[in-house]
Amino acid sequence: MKKFINNVDDFLKESLNGFGKAHSDIIKVNFEPNFISRKTKTKEGKVSLISGGGSGHEPMHGGFVGHGMLDAACPGFVFSAPTPDQMQAAAEHVDSGAGVLFIVKNYSGDIMNFQMGAEMYSGKNDSIITNDDVAVEDSTFTTGRRGVAATVLVEKIVGSLAENGGSLEECKKLGEKVNKNSGTMGVAFTSCTVPAAGKPTFNIGNDEMEFGVGIHGEPGRKREKIQPSKTIVNNMLEAILDDLKPQKNEKTLLFVNGMGGTPLTELYLVYDDACEMLKSKGIEITRSLVGNYCTSLEMQGASITLLKCDDEILKNWDAPVHTAAMRWGM
Amino acid sequence: MITETKGYMSVNFLISQAKNIQIVIDENAAEIEALDQNIGDGDHIFNVQRGLKLVVELEDDIKNLPLQKGLNMIAMKVLSGIGGSSGALFGTFFMSMAKTPDLDKDIDFKKACEMVITGINAMKERGKADIGEKTMMDVLIPVSEKLNELKSSNTDMKEGLSEITKIAEDRMLATKDMLATKGRASFLGERAKGHIDPGARSSQLIIDTICKSLINK
Repeated sequence: MKKFINNVDDFLKESLNGFGKAHSDIIKVNFEPNFISRKTKTKEGKVSLISGGGSGHEPMHGGFVGHGMLDAACPGFVFSAPTPDQMQAAAEHVDSGAGVLFIVKNYSGDIMNFQMGAEMYSGKNDSIITNDDVAVEDSTFTTGRRGVAATVLVEKIVGSLAENGGSLEECKKLGEKVNKNSGTMGVAFTSCTVPAAGKPTFNIGNDEMEFGVGIHGEPGRKREKIQPSKTIVNNMLEAILDDLKPQKNEKTLLFVNGMGGTPLTELYLVYDDACEMLKSKGIEITRSLVGNYCTSLEMQGASITLLKCDDEILKNWDAPVHTAAMRWGM
Repeated sequence: MITETKGYMSVNFLISQAKNIQIVIDENAAEIEALDQNIGDGDHIFNVQRGLKLVVELEDDIKNLPLQKGLNMIAMKVLSGIGGSSGALFGTFFMSMAKTPDLDKDIDFKKACEMVITGINAMKERGKADIGEKTMMDVLIPVSEKLNELKSSNTDMKEGLSEITKIAEDRMLATKDMLATKGRASFLGERAKGHIDPGARSSQLIIDTICKSLINK
Protein backbone atom coordinates (compact mmCIF):
# COMPACT_ATOMS: atom_id res chain seq x y z
CA MET A 1 0.00 0.00 0.00
CA LYS A 2 1.36 3.38 -1.02
CA LYS A 3 -0.58 6.19 0.61
CA PHE A 4 0.04 9.40 2.50
CA ILE A 5 -0.37 7.97 5.99
CA ASN A 6 1.35 8.60 9.31
CA ASN A 7 -0.54 6.10 11.40
CA VAL A 8 -3.55 4.15 10.13
CA ASP A 9 -5.53 4.89 13.30
CA ASP A 10 -5.06 8.65 12.81
CA PHE A 11 -5.92 8.61 9.10
CA LEU A 12 -9.43 10.04 9.37
CA LYS A 13 -8.67 12.52 12.14
CA GLU A 14 -5.68 13.98 10.32
CA SER A 15 -7.54 14.22 7.04
CA LEU A 16 -10.45 16.00 8.76
CA ASN A 17 -7.97 18.33 10.46
CA GLY A 18 -6.57 19.32 7.07
CA PHE A 19 -10.02 19.76 5.61
CA GLY A 20 -10.96 22.07 8.48
CA LYS A 21 -7.83 24.17 8.04
CA ALA A 22 -8.10 24.37 4.25
CA HIS A 23 -11.71 25.53 4.29
CA SER A 24 -11.91 27.47 7.51
CA ASP A 25 -13.73 30.29 5.66
CA ILE A 26 -16.73 28.00 5.02
CA ILE A 27 -16.82 25.14 7.52
CA LYS A 28 -15.82 23.96 10.95
CA VAL A 29 -14.80 20.40 11.79
CA ASN A 30 -16.14 19.20 15.15
CA PHE A 31 -14.62 16.15 16.85
CA GLU A 32 -15.97 13.50 19.21
CA PRO A 33 -18.46 13.00 17.83
CA ASN A 34 -17.18 13.94 14.38
CA PHE A 35 -19.22 16.20 12.15
CA ILE A 36 -18.56 19.06 9.75
CA SER A 37 -20.82 22.08 10.07
CA ARG A 38 -21.06 25.45 8.36
CA LYS A 39 -19.04 28.18 9.95
CA THR A 40 -22.16 30.29 10.32
CA LYS A 41 -25.26 29.50 12.34
CA THR A 42 -28.33 28.22 10.46
CA LYS A 43 -30.71 31.08 9.56
CA GLU A 44 -33.89 31.25 11.59
CA GLY A 45 -36.62 29.27 9.82
CA LYS A 46 -34.27 27.48 7.42
CA VAL A 47 -34.57 23.70 7.24
CA SER A 48 -31.22 22.01 7.97
CA LEU A 49 -29.86 19.35 5.65
CA ILE A 50 -27.56 16.71 7.09
CA SER A 51 -25.91 13.94 5.17
CA GLY A 52 -23.07 11.56 5.87
CA GLY A 53 -21.63 8.18 5.22
CA GLY A 54 -18.37 6.33 5.31
CA SER A 55 -15.26 8.37 4.49
CA GLY A 56 -13.32 7.67 1.31
CA HIS A 57 -15.87 9.30 -1.02
CA GLU A 58 -14.49 12.83 -0.73
CA PRO A 59 -15.47 15.47 -1.52
CA MET A 60 -18.81 13.80 -0.64
CA HIS A 61 -20.21 14.79 1.88
CA GLY A 62 -18.02 17.25 3.83
CA GLY A 63 -17.12 19.11 0.63
CA PHE A 64 -20.80 19.93 0.14
CA VAL A 65 -21.31 21.71 3.45
CA GLY A 66 -21.90 25.41 2.90
CA HIS A 67 -24.31 27.96 1.50
CA GLY A 68 -26.88 26.43 -0.84
CA MET A 69 -26.12 22.85 0.06
CA LEU A 70 -25.65 20.92 3.34
CA ASP A 71 -25.67 22.30 6.87
CA ALA A 72 -23.67 19.39 8.26
CA ALA A 73 -22.01 16.15 7.22
CA CYS A 74 -21.17 13.14 9.40
CA PRO A 75 -18.10 11.22 8.25
CA GLY A 76 -17.72 7.59 9.35
CA PHE A 77 -14.53 5.58 9.18
CA VAL A 78 -13.41 4.75 5.65
CA PHE A 79 -16.32 2.95 3.96
CA SER A 80 -18.16 2.44 7.26
CA ALA A 81 -21.39 4.21 8.11
CA PRO A 82 -21.15 6.99 10.73
CA THR A 83 -22.62 6.42 14.19
CA PRO A 84 -25.97 7.67 15.58
CA ASP A 85 -24.36 10.02 18.11
CA GLN A 86 -22.72 11.91 15.22
CA MET A 87 -26.09 12.51 13.57
CA GLN A 88 -27.67 13.48 16.88
CA ALA A 89 -24.88 15.95 17.70
CA ALA A 90 -24.93 17.44 14.18
CA ALA A 91 -28.71 17.88 14.30
CA GLU A 92 -28.57 19.55 17.71
CA HIS A 93 -25.82 21.84 16.45
CA VAL A 94 -27.43 23.04 13.22
CA ASP A 95 -31.21 22.90 13.70
CA SER A 96 -32.69 26.40 13.83
CA GLY A 97 -36.08 25.03 14.83
CA ALA A 98 -37.35 24.52 11.28
CA GLY A 99 -36.39 20.85 11.35
CA VAL A 100 -33.73 18.57 9.93
CA LEU A 101 -33.77 16.56 6.73
CA PHE A 102 -31.34 13.64 6.70
CA ILE A 103 -30.09 12.62 3.25
CA VAL A 104 -29.06 8.96 3.37
CA LYS A 105 -27.61 6.69 0.71
CA ASN A 106 -29.29 3.30 0.50
CA TYR A 107 -26.74 1.10 2.25
CA SER A 108 -27.85 -1.00 5.23
CA GLY A 109 -25.31 0.46 7.65
CA ASP A 110 -26.16 4.05 6.72
CA ILE A 111 -29.89 3.40 6.97
CA MET A 112 -29.65 1.79 10.42
CA ASN A 113 -27.31 4.37 11.92
CA PHE A 114 -29.25 7.34 10.52
CA GLN A 115 -32.50 5.82 11.78
CA MET A 116 -31.05 5.49 15.26
CA GLY A 117 -29.65 9.02 15.09
CA ALA A 118 -33.07 10.32 14.04
CA GLU A 119 -34.71 8.44 16.92
CA MET A 120 -32.20 9.93 19.37
CA TYR A 121 -32.77 13.48 18.09
CA SER A 122 -35.75 15.07 19.79
CA GLY A 123 -36.37 17.84 17.23
CA LYS A 124 -38.54 17.66 14.13
CA ASN A 125 -36.82 15.59 11.45
CA ASP A 126 -37.38 13.48 8.36
CA SER A 127 -35.20 11.52 5.95
CA ILE A 128 -34.81 10.84 2.26
CA ILE A 129 -33.03 7.79 0.95
CA THR A 130 -31.22 7.92 -2.38
CA ASN A 131 -31.12 4.80 -4.56
CA ASP A 132 -30.07 5.88 -8.03
CA ASP A 133 -27.78 2.98 -8.98
CA VAL A 134 -29.41 1.17 -11.89
CA ALA A 135 -26.81 -1.62 -11.77
CA VAL A 136 -28.81 -3.30 -9.02
CA GLU A 137 -32.33 -4.53 -9.37
CA ASP A 138 -34.87 -2.68 -7.26
CA SER A 139 -37.12 -4.77 -5.06
CA THR A 140 -39.13 -4.24 -1.93
CA PHE A 141 -37.97 -7.61 -0.59
CA THR A 142 -34.28 -6.73 -0.67
CA THR A 143 -32.01 -3.89 0.33
CA GLY A 144 -32.73 -2.62 -3.20
CA ARG A 145 -30.59 -0.24 -5.23
CA ARG A 146 -27.56 1.57 -3.92
CA GLY A 147 -27.49 5.29 -3.35
CA VAL A 148 -24.51 6.70 -5.25
CA ALA A 149 -23.54 9.80 -7.27
CA ALA A 150 -27.05 11.27 -7.67
CA THR A 151 -26.84 11.98 -3.93
CA VAL A 152 -24.62 14.94 -4.94
CA LEU A 153 -27.39 16.30 -7.17
CA VAL A 154 -30.02 15.77 -4.46
CA GLU A 155 -27.87 17.67 -1.96
CA LYS A 156 -27.33 20.59 -4.35
CA ILE A 157 -30.91 20.92 -5.54
CA VAL A 158 -32.63 20.41 -2.16
CA GLY A 159 -29.95 22.60 -0.58
CA SER A 160 -31.06 25.49 -2.76
CA LEU A 161 -34.72 25.01 -1.88
CA ALA A 162 -33.90 24.91 1.85
CA GLU A 163 -31.80 28.07 1.49
CA ASN A 164 -34.77 29.80 -0.11
CA GLY A 165 -37.21 28.95 2.64
CA GLY A 166 -38.61 25.58 1.54
CA SER A 167 -40.37 23.69 4.34
CA LEU A 168 -39.26 20.28 5.58
CA GLU A 169 -42.08 18.65 3.61
CA GLU A 170 -41.25 20.59 0.42
CA CYS A 171 -37.54 19.74 0.73
CA LYS A 172 -38.30 16.06 1.19
CA LYS A 173 -40.66 16.06 -1.77
CA LEU A 174 -38.11 17.72 -4.08
CA GLY A 175 -35.36 15.38 -2.89
CA GLU A 176 -37.48 12.37 -3.67
CA LYS A 177 -38.28 13.77 -7.10
CA VAL A 178 -34.61 14.33 -7.93
CA ASN A 179 -33.76 10.82 -6.75
CA LYS A 180 -36.57 9.28 -8.76
CA ASN A 181 -35.55 11.27 -11.87
CA SER A 182 -31.92 10.08 -11.63
CA GLY A 183 -30.12 6.97 -12.77
CA THR A 184 -26.45 6.12 -12.29
CA MET A 185 -24.17 3.45 -13.66
CA GLY A 186 -20.53 2.96 -12.64
CA VAL A 187 -17.52 1.14 -14.09
CA ALA A 188 -14.19 0.38 -12.39
CA PHE A 189 -10.85 -0.46 -13.98
CA THR A 190 -8.94 -0.99 -10.74
CA SER A 191 -9.70 -1.69 -7.11
CA CYS A 192 -9.19 0.65 -4.18
CA THR A 193 -7.30 0.05 -0.93
CA VAL A 194 -8.95 0.75 2.42
CA PRO A 195 -6.14 2.06 4.67
CA ALA A 196 -7.06 -0.28 7.56
CA ALA A 197 -6.98 -3.27 5.19
CA GLY A 198 -3.69 -2.31 3.55
CA LYS A 199 -4.45 -4.25 0.40
CA PRO A 200 -6.82 -3.88 -2.56
CA THR A 201 -10.51 -4.64 -1.91
CA PHE A 202 -10.78 -6.84 -5.00
CA ASN A 203 -8.57 -8.37 -7.65
CA ILE A 204 -9.07 -7.39 -11.24
CA GLY A 205 -7.04 -8.26 -14.30
CA ASN A 206 -5.10 -5.65 -16.29
CA ASP A 207 -7.53 -6.04 -19.18
CA GLU A 208 -10.72 -6.26 -17.11
CA MET A 209 -13.38 -3.91 -15.83
CA GLU A 210 -16.18 -4.27 -13.30
CA PHE A 211 -19.42 -3.14 -14.91
CA GLY A 212 -21.92 -1.76 -12.40
CA VAL A 213 -19.42 -1.28 -9.57
CA GLY A 214 -20.57 0.34 -6.33
CA ILE A 215 -18.80 3.18 -4.56
CA HIS A 216 -16.87 0.89 -2.19
CA GLY A 217 -15.41 -1.35 -4.84
CA GLU A 218 -18.19 -3.83 -4.22
CA PRO A 219 -18.91 -5.83 -7.35
CA GLY A 220 -21.66 -4.90 -9.76
CA ARG A 221 -23.36 -6.57 -12.69
CA LYS A 222 -20.48 -8.39 -14.35
CA ARG A 223 -16.75 -8.62 -14.97
CA GLU A 224 -15.81 -7.90 -18.58
CA LYS A 225 -12.83 -7.26 -20.83
CA ILE A 226 -12.22 -3.53 -21.26
CA GLN A 227 -13.52 -1.97 -24.45
CA PRO A 228 -13.23 1.34 -26.28
CA SER A 229 -14.74 4.21 -24.31
CA LYS A 230 -17.65 4.61 -26.76
CA THR A 231 -18.73 1.01 -26.15
CA ILE A 232 -18.45 1.28 -22.37
CA VAL A 233 -20.30 4.60 -22.31
CA ASN A 234 -23.03 3.26 -24.61
CA ASN A 235 -23.54 0.24 -22.34
CA MET A 236 -23.66 2.44 -19.26
CA LEU A 237 -26.18 4.82 -20.83
CA GLU A 238 -28.31 1.97 -22.20
CA ALA A 239 -28.70 0.68 -18.66
CA ILE A 240 -29.66 4.15 -17.41
CA LEU A 241 -32.07 4.89 -20.27
CA ASP A 242 -33.74 1.49 -19.82
CA ASP A 243 -34.48 2.49 -16.29
CA LEU A 244 -35.24 6.22 -16.62
CA LYS A 245 -37.11 6.06 -19.92
CA PRO A 246 -36.72 9.77 -20.76
CA GLN A 247 -39.06 11.29 -23.37
CA LYS A 248 -37.66 12.50 -26.66
CA ASN A 249 -36.37 16.08 -26.21
CA GLU A 250 -36.64 15.78 -22.44
CA LYS A 251 -34.21 18.11 -20.67
CA THR A 252 -31.48 16.38 -18.70
CA LEU A 253 -28.43 17.03 -16.56
CA LEU A 254 -25.47 14.84 -17.53
CA PHE A 255 -23.07 14.14 -14.67
CA VAL A 256 -19.79 12.32 -15.32
CA ASN A 257 -18.25 11.44 -11.99
CA GLY A 258 -14.70 10.21 -11.43
CA MET A 259 -14.08 7.42 -8.91
CA GLY A 260 -10.87 9.05 -7.69
CA GLY A 261 -8.14 7.53 -9.85
CA THR A 262 -9.20 8.58 -13.33
CA PRO A 263 -7.90 11.89 -14.68
CA LEU A 264 -10.26 14.66 -15.76
CA THR A 265 -8.92 14.30 -19.29
CA GLU A 266 -10.58 10.89 -19.47
CA LEU A 267 -13.75 12.09 -17.75
CA TYR A 268 -14.19 14.75 -20.47
CA LEU A 269 -13.67 12.09 -23.12
CA VAL A 270 -16.43 10.07 -21.44
CA TYR A 271 -18.59 13.20 -21.44
CA ASP A 272 -18.04 13.61 -25.17
CA ASP A 273 -19.01 10.00 -25.86
CA ALA A 274 -22.07 10.34 -23.65
CA CYS A 275 -23.19 13.53 -25.44
CA GLU A 276 -22.96 11.84 -28.78
CA MET A 277 -24.93 8.81 -27.66
CA LEU A 278 -27.65 10.89 -26.00
CA LYS A 279 -27.89 13.18 -29.04
CA SER A 280 -28.50 10.16 -31.24
CA LYS A 281 -31.44 9.25 -28.97
CA GLY A 282 -32.85 12.79 -29.15
CA ILE A 283 -32.21 13.55 -25.50
CA GLU A 284 -31.38 17.15 -24.69
CA ILE A 285 -28.52 17.86 -22.32
CA THR A 286 -29.28 21.17 -20.61
CA ARG A 287 -26.81 21.07 -17.71
CA SER A 288 -23.52 19.33 -17.04
CA LEU A 289 -21.26 18.34 -14.20
CA VAL A 290 -17.87 16.67 -14.72
CA GLY A 291 -15.37 15.85 -12.01
CA ASN A 292 -14.56 13.81 -8.92
CA TYR A 293 -17.53 14.30 -6.60
CA CYS A 294 -18.44 10.86 -5.29
CA THR A 295 -15.25 8.85 -5.21
CA SER A 296 -14.02 5.46 -4.02
CA LEU A 297 -10.57 6.33 -2.69
CA GLU A 298 -8.07 5.84 -5.55
CA MET A 299 -10.23 3.60 -7.72
CA GLN A 300 -9.91 4.13 -11.47
CA GLY A 301 -13.27 4.36 -13.10
CA ALA A 302 -16.25 6.60 -13.59
CA SER A 303 -19.97 6.74 -13.16
CA ILE A 304 -22.52 8.45 -15.35
CA THR A 305 -25.65 9.95 -13.84
CA LEU A 306 -28.52 11.27 -15.91
CA LEU A 307 -31.11 13.48 -14.23
CA LYS A 308 -34.39 14.35 -15.93
CA CYS A 309 -34.95 18.05 -15.23
CA ASP A 310 -38.10 20.12 -14.90
CA ASP A 311 -38.15 23.87 -14.21
CA GLU A 312 -38.10 23.43 -10.44
CA ILE A 313 -35.01 21.21 -10.62
CA LEU A 314 -33.23 23.55 -13.06
CA LYS A 315 -33.97 26.66 -11.00
CA ASN A 316 -32.56 25.05 -7.87
CA TRP A 317 -29.57 23.59 -9.69
CA ASP A 318 -28.62 27.03 -11.04
CA ALA A 319 -28.99 28.78 -7.66
CA PRO A 320 -25.81 30.04 -5.96
CA VAL A 321 -23.72 27.58 -3.98
CA HIS A 322 -20.56 28.05 -1.95
CA THR A 323 -18.99 24.88 -0.56
CA ALA A 324 -15.47 23.46 -0.56
CA ALA A 325 -16.14 21.32 -3.62
CA MET A 326 -18.85 23.18 -5.51
CA ARG A 327 -19.07 26.91 -6.00
CA TRP A 328 -20.93 29.09 -8.43
CA GLY A 329 -23.09 32.20 -8.52
CA MET A 330 -21.47 33.72 -5.42
CA MET B 1 -35.68 -26.38 34.04
CA ILE B 2 -31.95 -26.36 33.90
CA THR B 3 -30.08 -27.24 37.10
CA GLU B 4 -27.20 -24.88 37.94
CA THR B 5 -28.56 -21.37 37.63
CA LYS B 6 -26.51 -18.83 39.47
CA GLY B 7 -24.24 -16.09 38.25
CA TYR B 8 -24.96 -15.95 34.53
CA MET B 9 -24.67 -12.60 32.86
CA SER B 10 -22.88 -10.03 34.93
CA VAL B 11 -20.63 -7.18 33.93
CA ASN B 12 -17.59 -9.33 34.66
CA PHE B 13 -19.04 -12.18 32.64
CA LEU B 14 -19.49 -9.85 29.65
CA ILE B 15 -15.96 -8.45 29.92
CA SER B 16 -14.36 -11.86 30.24
CA GLN B 17 -16.38 -13.13 27.27
CA ALA B 18 -15.32 -10.09 25.23
CA LYS B 19 -11.69 -10.97 25.98
CA ASN B 20 -12.20 -14.59 24.89
CA ILE B 21 -14.01 -13.51 21.74
CA GLN B 22 -11.29 -11.01 20.93
CA ILE B 23 -8.71 -13.81 20.82
CA VAL B 24 -10.88 -16.03 18.61
CA ILE B 25 -11.82 -13.21 16.23
CA ASP B 26 -8.19 -12.13 15.89
CA GLU B 27 -7.21 -15.72 15.07
CA ASN B 28 -9.84 -15.83 12.32
CA ALA B 29 -9.51 -12.23 11.13
CA ALA B 30 -7.88 -13.03 7.80
CA GLU B 31 -10.60 -15.51 6.90
CA ILE B 32 -13.44 -13.10 7.78
CA GLU B 33 -11.79 -10.29 5.87
CA ALA B 34 -11.43 -12.52 2.81
CA LEU B 35 -15.09 -13.54 3.02
CA ASP B 36 -16.11 -9.88 3.16
CA GLN B 37 -13.93 -8.98 0.22
CA ASN B 38 -15.67 -11.69 -1.80
CA ILE B 39 -19.16 -10.31 -1.30
CA GLY B 40 -18.85 -7.03 0.58
CA ASP B 41 -16.26 -4.33 0.88
CA GLY B 42 -14.01 -5.62 3.62
CA ASP B 43 -14.95 -3.39 6.56
CA HIS B 44 -16.73 -5.98 8.72
CA ILE B 45 -13.71 -7.48 10.47
CA PHE B 46 -12.28 -4.07 11.39
CA ASN B 47 -15.62 -3.03 12.84
CA VAL B 48 -15.88 -6.21 14.93
CA GLN B 49 -12.28 -5.89 16.12
CA ARG B 50 -12.72 -2.21 16.96
CA GLY B 51 -15.90 -2.99 18.92
CA LEU B 52 -14.29 -5.76 20.96
CA LYS B 53 -11.31 -3.59 21.76
CA LEU B 54 -13.59 -0.79 22.96
CA VAL B 55 -15.60 -3.14 25.19
CA VAL B 56 -12.48 -4.71 26.72
CA GLU B 57 -11.07 -1.24 27.37
CA LEU B 58 -14.24 -0.36 29.29
CA GLU B 59 -13.37 -2.87 32.02
CA ASP B 60 -12.11 -0.39 34.63
CA ASP B 61 -15.05 1.96 34.06
CA ILE B 62 -17.78 -0.63 34.38
CA LYS B 63 -16.50 -3.55 36.46
CA ASN B 64 -18.15 -2.33 39.66
CA LEU B 65 -21.37 -1.14 38.07
CA PRO B 66 -24.74 -2.88 38.27
CA LEU B 67 -25.58 -4.94 35.19
CA GLN B 68 -28.07 -2.52 33.67
CA LYS B 69 -25.68 0.41 33.85
CA GLY B 70 -22.84 -1.72 32.54
CA LEU B 71 -24.93 -2.91 29.60
CA ASN B 72 -25.97 0.63 28.76
CA MET B 73 -22.38 1.81 28.79
CA ILE B 74 -21.35 -1.07 26.56
CA ALA B 75 -24.26 -0.25 24.24
CA MET B 76 -23.28 3.40 23.92
CA LYS B 77 -19.63 2.52 23.41
CA VAL B 78 -20.45 0.01 20.68
CA LEU B 79 -22.99 2.31 19.07
CA SER B 80 -20.71 5.34 18.96
CA GLY B 81 -17.38 3.61 18.41
CA ILE B 82 -17.92 1.09 15.62
CA GLY B 83 -20.06 2.39 12.77
CA GLY B 84 -21.34 0.42 9.83
CA SER B 85 -24.07 -2.19 10.18
CA SER B 86 -22.24 -4.03 12.97
CA GLY B 87 -22.19 -0.98 15.26
CA ALA B 88 -25.90 -0.34 14.87
CA LEU B 89 -26.83 -4.01 15.29
CA PHE B 90 -24.61 -4.91 18.24
CA GLY B 91 -25.37 -1.55 19.89
CA THR B 92 -29.07 -2.36 19.54
CA PHE B 93 -28.40 -5.82 21.03
CA PHE B 94 -26.86 -4.47 24.23
CA MET B 95 -29.28 -1.56 24.50
CA SER B 96 -32.32 -3.82 24.43
CA MET B 97 -30.71 -6.36 26.79
CA ALA B 98 -30.31 -3.49 29.25
CA LYS B 99 -34.06 -2.89 29.09
CA THR B 100 -34.91 -6.40 30.39
CA PRO B 101 -36.81 -6.00 33.71
CA ASP B 102 -35.39 -7.12 37.09
CA LEU B 103 -31.73 -6.95 36.14
CA ASP B 104 -30.89 -6.02 39.72
CA LYS B 105 -31.80 -9.53 40.87
CA ASP B 106 -29.59 -12.59 40.45
CA ILE B 107 -29.54 -13.65 36.81
CA ASP B 108 -30.14 -17.38 36.35
CA PHE B 109 -29.69 -19.23 33.10
CA LYS B 110 -33.33 -18.77 32.13
CA LYS B 111 -33.11 -15.03 32.64
CA ALA B 112 -29.84 -14.86 30.72
CA CYS B 113 -31.53 -16.69 27.83
CA GLU B 114 -34.39 -14.18 27.91
CA MET B 115 -31.96 -11.30 27.74
CA VAL B 116 -30.17 -12.71 24.72
CA ILE B 117 -33.46 -13.49 23.00
CA THR B 118 -34.66 -9.91 23.59
CA GLY B 119 -31.40 -8.60 22.18
CA ILE B 120 -31.56 -10.72 19.05
CA ASN B 121 -35.21 -9.79 18.45
CA ALA B 122 -34.25 -6.13 18.59
CA MET B 123 -31.44 -6.70 16.07
CA LYS B 124 -33.88 -8.43 13.76
CA GLU B 125 -36.20 -5.45 14.02
CA ARG B 126 -33.41 -2.91 13.45
CA GLY B 127 -31.88 -4.68 10.47
CA LYS B 128 -35.24 -5.74 9.01
CA ALA B 129 -33.60 -9.04 8.12
CA ASP B 130 -34.91 -12.55 8.65
CA ILE B 131 -33.45 -15.99 8.13
CA GLY B 132 -32.54 -16.95 4.57
CA GLU B 133 -31.23 -13.52 3.57
CA LYS B 134 -27.51 -14.27 3.96
CA THR B 135 -26.71 -12.12 6.97
CA MET B 136 -25.65 -12.64 10.58
CA MET B 137 -29.35 -13.14 11.40
CA ASP B 138 -29.15 -16.56 9.73
CA VAL B 139 -27.05 -17.63 12.69
CA LEU B 140 -28.57 -15.48 15.44
CA ILE B 141 -32.27 -16.16 14.88
CA PRO B 142 -31.99 -19.99 15.08
CA VAL B 143 -29.75 -19.59 18.15
CA SER B 144 -32.40 -17.39 19.75
CA GLU B 145 -35.12 -19.94 18.92
CA LYS B 146 -33.09 -22.71 20.50
CA LEU B 147 -32.46 -20.62 23.63
CA ASN B 148 -36.18 -20.07 23.87
CA GLU B 149 -36.72 -23.84 23.78
CA LEU B 150 -33.92 -24.53 26.27
CA LYS B 151 -34.98 -22.03 28.89
CA SER B 152 -38.17 -23.93 29.61
CA SER B 153 -37.03 -27.50 28.94
CA ASN B 154 -35.34 -30.10 31.10
CA THR B 155 -32.34 -30.44 28.83
CA ASP B 156 -28.99 -30.43 30.60
CA MET B 157 -27.55 -26.95 30.14
CA LYS B 158 -24.21 -28.10 28.79
CA GLU B 159 -25.91 -30.42 26.35
CA GLY B 160 -28.14 -27.54 25.25
CA LEU B 161 -25.20 -25.19 24.73
CA SER B 162 -23.44 -27.85 22.75
CA GLU B 163 -26.49 -28.13 20.49
CA ILE B 164 -26.39 -24.36 20.05
CA THR B 165 -22.79 -24.41 18.82
CA LYS B 166 -23.87 -27.04 16.29
CA ILE B 167 -26.85 -24.98 15.13
CA ALA B 168 -24.71 -21.86 14.78
CA GLU B 169 -22.14 -23.71 12.71
CA ASP B 170 -24.71 -25.37 10.43
CA ARG B 171 -26.54 -22.10 9.83
CA MET B 172 -23.29 -20.23 9.18
CA LEU B 173 -22.26 -22.83 6.58
CA ALA B 174 -25.74 -22.72 5.04
CA THR B 175 -25.29 -19.05 4.10
CA LYS B 176 -22.79 -20.20 1.48
CA ASP B 177 -25.43 -21.28 -1.01
CA MET B 178 -27.84 -18.46 -0.33
CA LEU B 179 -28.67 -15.50 -2.52
CA ALA B 180 -28.26 -12.36 -0.45
CA THR B 181 -31.32 -10.15 -0.22
CA LYS B 182 -30.16 -7.84 2.57
CA GLY B 183 -26.94 -5.97 3.26
CA ARG B 184 -24.14 -5.15 0.88
CA ALA B 185 -23.95 -8.64 -0.60
CA SER B 186 -27.50 -8.16 -1.89
CA PHE B 187 -26.13 -5.99 -4.68
CA LEU B 188 -24.33 -9.02 -6.11
CA GLY B 189 -27.27 -11.18 -7.07
CA GLU B 190 -26.20 -14.66 -8.18
CA ARG B 191 -22.55 -13.79 -7.64
CA ALA B 192 -22.98 -13.87 -3.86
CA LYS B 193 -23.64 -17.59 -4.04
CA GLY B 194 -20.77 -19.84 -3.06
CA HIS B 195 -19.46 -17.54 -0.35
CA ILE B 196 -20.19 -17.75 3.38
CA ASP B 197 -21.53 -14.50 4.78
CA PRO B 198 -18.83 -12.76 6.86
CA GLY B 199 -21.34 -11.52 9.45
CA ALA B 200 -22.69 -15.05 9.85
CA ARG B 201 -19.14 -16.32 10.36
CA SER B 202 -18.20 -13.71 12.97
CA SER B 203 -21.50 -14.25 14.81
CA GLN B 204 -20.98 -18.01 14.80
CA LEU B 205 -17.50 -17.58 16.26
CA ILE B 206 -18.90 -15.36 19.01
CA ILE B 207 -21.67 -17.87 19.89
CA ASP B 208 -19.20 -20.76 19.78
CA THR B 209 -16.75 -19.02 22.10
CA ILE B 210 -19.38 -18.13 24.70
CA CYS B 211 -21.01 -21.58 24.67
CA LYS B 212 -17.71 -23.43 24.91
CA SER B 213 -16.52 -21.31 27.82
CA LEU B 214 -19.76 -22.15 29.68
CA ILE B 215 -19.52 -25.83 28.79
CA ASN B 216 -15.95 -26.01 30.11
CA LYS B 217 -16.76 -24.01 33.23
